[in-house]
Amino acid sequence: MTANTQEAPATATTDRIDKRVELRAPRSRVWRAISDAREFETWFHMKIDGDFAAGRTVHGKVQNKRFEDANPIEITIERIEPERYFSYRWHPFALDPKVDYSVEPTTLVEFTIDEAPDGCVVTIVESGFDNIPLARRAEAFKMNEGGWNGQAKNLTAYVA
Amino acid sequence: MSRSRGNLALKVSEAVPVFAALADPTRLTLIGRLSVEGPLSITHLSEGTGVTRQAITRHLTSLGDAGLVRDSRRGRERVWELDLKRLEKARYFLDQISAQWDDAAERLRAFVEEE
Repeated sequence: MTANTQEAPATATTDRIDKRVELRAPRSRVWRAISDAREFETWFHMKIDGDFAAGRTVHGKVQNKRFEDANPIEITIERIEPERYFSYRWHPFALDPKVDYSVEPTTLVEFTIDEAPDGCVVTIVESGFDNIPLARRAEAFKMNEGGWNGQAKNLTAYVA
Repeated sequence: MSRSRGNLALKVSEAVPVFAALADPTRLTLIGRLSVEGPLSITHLSEGTGVTRQAITRHLTSLGDAGLVRDSRRGRERVWELDLKRLEKARYFLDQISAQWDDAAERLRAFVEEE
């Protein structure tokens, strides 16, 4: 199936990424996939060392042979509004073992679920990129080139 | 791999001044007008902005230093136009992370719809 995500209206911003995806699944199902760490780690392909709870910090290890040496990514849960809203802060794609990311600003990732005729709509916003050093943005690009697309294909094959 | 890293390092160093130059409302407006209206003279660019020609010239020079615009003489006038390649590079980094979210959203779909 082709991607059905849509960009929000184009703006000049370099600070945020805005995605909207329509899912043919009940809100409660989608809520569980996003807010339950055991489910989240399955589709996100990141092993998470704890449960999600507001204010709690967990660590996520990317499940990809290319990043075996990478340190776990610190993920701090910001806010949980059951069935509707889930947000966390992290260092986006902080996968280089030689870099101390803890001193860098984080980005905020927000999932919002709304009802739709055939299921629900999930809006994903990641913001705060303007605070991240440019060199890091490029590093994020380098580390992920090819890797994430490959993972998506793996999962599609796995669930199909 | 090491070769692609070298290429990337070059791109990063080029992109730093690009983002810095774009982080200003007047300069973003100038970029917007040049992209919609095409090459324009300083006179045209300062019309109706409430900003002096001198200030506009300074902003255009900053944008020029970042490689976002270039100027040329047309008869007695100096006109400014966009240098699109640099703008595309500036967008490139965010586009990569954006693509990763597309993939993640697609995996979420597969996960919740395949039950």
